[in-house]
Amino acid sequence: MTRAKGWLGALPLLVFFALVFGIPAIALVAGAFTANGEPSLANVGQSLQGGYLTAMAGSVQLSAVVALAGAVLGTFLAQAVVTSRFALLREAVLTASGVLANFGGVPLAFFWIATLGNSGVISGLLGLPSGALYTFWGLVIVYLYFAIPLMVLVMAPALDGLRPQWREAAANNGATAWQFWRFVGLPVLTPAMLGGVVLLFGSAFAAFATANAMVGTVVPLVTLKIASALTGDVLIGYENIALALSLDMIVVAGLVMAIYLPLQKRSTRWLR
Amino acid sequence: MTAQVEFRGLRRVFGKTVALDGFDLTIAPGEFVALLGPSGCGKTTALRCVAGFERPDSGAVLVDGEDITDVPANKRDAGMVFQSYSLFPNLNARDNVAFGLRVRKVPVATRRAKADELLELVGLPSHADRFPHQLSGGQQQRVALARALALEPRVLLLDEPLSALDAKVRVSLREEIRRLQLDLGITTIFVTHDQEEALSIADRVAVLRDGRLEQCGPPAEVYDRPATPFVAEFVGTMNHLAGHVSGDKVRVLGQLLPVDGEPAGTREVDVLIRPEAVRVTPDPEGKAEILAASFRGASVRLRVALSGGEVLADVPGHEALSLAPGTRVTVRLVERPVLVAERTVTVPSPASEPADAV
Repeated sequence: MTRAKGWLGALPLLVFFALVFGIPAIALVAGAFTANGEPSLANVGQSLQGGYLTAMAGSVQLSAVVALAGAVLGTFLAQAVVTSRFALLREAVLTASGVLANFGGVPLAFFWIATLGNSGVISGLLGLPSGALYTFWGLVIVYLYFAIPLMVLVMAPALDGLRPQWREAAANNGATAWQFWRFVGLPVLTPAMLGGVVLLFGSAFAAFATANAMVGTVVPLVTLKIASALTGDVLIGYENIALALSLDMIVVAGLVMAIYLPLQKRSTRWLR
Repeated sequence: MTAQVEFRGLRRVFGKTVALDGFDLTIAPGEFVALLGPSGCGKTTALRCVAGFERPDSGAVLVDGEDITDVPANKRDAGMVFQSYSLFPNLNARDNVAFGLRVRKVPVATRRAKADELLELVGLPSHADRFPHQLSGGQQQRVALARALALEPRVLLLDEPLSALDAKVRVSLREEIRRLQLDLGITTIFVTHDQEEALSIADRVAVLRDGRLEQCGPPAEVYDRPATPFVAEFVGTMNHLAGHVSGDKVRVLGQLLPVDGEPAGTREVDVLIRPEAVRVTPDPEGKAEILAASFRGASVRLRVALSGGEVLADVPGHEALSLAPGTRVTVRLVERPVLVAERTVTVPSPASEPADAV
C-alpha cells in the first residue's frame, strides 16, 4: 500500500515524461524505420552514408573538441577563481559564468560575427583572413564561449570541496604539488570532470541556431542536416531521413553514456 | 627516530593579528609537550611553523640544532595529525597510511606490509580496505596517526586531533596516543585547548597567551604552582577571594596563609584558591549556605554562599550526602601557599572575620 502510494507521487512526472519524451521518441523511431508507408531500413541506411555521415562525423568531432578543450580551460579557470583571495572576483566570474553558459543561438553568432567576422571590429586589427570565423575551428571558438563558463559552474563546487588539509597532509607525507594532484586532487575531481565533459559534449552536439546563423552549410553538422531535411525549400519528402538522423544522434549519445558510466562508476568507487 | 625541537623567538603576524610574539620553547628528544591555550593564542601557528605550513616573520625553528625554517613542508621530517577530515577520501585506510611510502616510490609489497603493521599498531587491522567515509571519527584519526608515523618521522605533531571526537572516544584515543608515543619514544608536540587533555597526557604543558609562553612545566607544577594568574585561571577552576597581604602571609576568609612567590608590601589582593582547597563542613550555626551541588563523578562541586559573595568547593562524593542545597556550613581553606594577584573583582571581603563565621 505504502509502495503504491509512493508511485502515485511520481505519477505527474511520469505522465509528463511520457507526453514530452515517450511519445515523440516512439514517433521518431517509427518514422525512422518507415519509408513510403512501409517498414524499412532505407532511411537509417541513407542517414549513414555520404553527406549525412560526414555531417555526423563533423558533429561528433566538433563536440569532442569543444568538450575536451572546454573541460580543461574551464577547470583551470574555476581553480583560479576558487583559490583567488579576491572574493569579489570569484563572485563576478561565477555570476558571469551563469549568464554566459546560457548565451547561445543567433545572439551569440551575431556577437562573434561582429567581433571576428569578415567585417568584425577585431578582425582587421588581427589581420584575420576572410572567412576565418566560418570554419570548424571558428565554430569551436564560438562554442567554447558557452562551454567554458558551463564547465566553471560544474567544477567550482567540486574544487571548493578539495580540503586544504588534504594538500597539507600530502605535503607532510613528502608529496610535491604534482604528486598531490596526481594521487588525490585529480582522482577526487574526476567524477565532476567526467560529468562536465559529457555535459559539454551534449551541449555542443545538440547546438543548432548558432551554427546555422554562422556557417550554414560550410561546416557539415548533423543538426544542420536535420533542419535542412525538415524545412528545406528544395528537398521535400526527406522528413523521415531527419528522423533517422535524430535516431543516429540518440545512438551517439547512448555510446557516449556507455563510455561515461563505467568511467564514472570506477571514479566514484571511493564514494560508495 | 627522535629529536630536539626548539622554537627560537618566533614571531608571526596575520594582518593586524599577532599570532606569535617572540615564542621560545625547547622540547627535549622523546618528550611529549602539550601546547595549551585559548583560541588565538598562537599554539596552532607554532605547530604549523614546525610542519612548514607557516613561515615565521622572524625567529627560527630548530630540529636537533639545525635551522629548518626555510625547509619546504614536504622535506621536513615531521608527521602530522590534523584536527579532522585530513584522510584522502579516494584512498582506503591502507593506501592512506602508505601514501608517503608511495610518494617515495617504496615497492608495493613493502609499503603494504608497513601500512598493515601500522594499522595493527593503532588497533585497526581489519579496516585496511575501508574508505574514510566508512570509518568513524575515532577510526579516521587512528588511521591519520598511522599515516603520520609511516615515514618514521623524528617529530610527531598533533593539532587538536581529538577535538572532533565524542568524550569517550577522546579519552581512549588520547591514552592510546600516549602509549604509542612512549613505545616509540618519538618527540611529540600536542596542541589542545582542553586543559584536562593536556594535563593528562603530556610530560610538560606549555601554556600560551597572546603568542607568548606564559609557563611551561610538568602538569602538576602548572596546576599546583601556576606562574601567573592567567595560567591559574586557564588551567582548572579558581576562586577569587579578597585578601590582604602582609609580609609573606595573606589574610583571607579569616585565615592566615603563606603566599606563593614574592609578595610585595602591604596591599589588598585577590587570592586564587582552587575549589578542592576549600573545605566545607555542615554546621547549623555556620554563616555560609550551600546554594547548589553538581555531581562530577568522584567529587561533587558545591556553590556556597558567603556573606557578600560565593565560593566553589569540590568535596568527595560521599561527603556530599550531608551537604545538600540549603545546608548551613562553615568554610575553611587548606593551609598551603596560595597565589595572589592584583585586586580585580573578588568575593567576599570579610578578611577580618573569623573563619568559623563564614
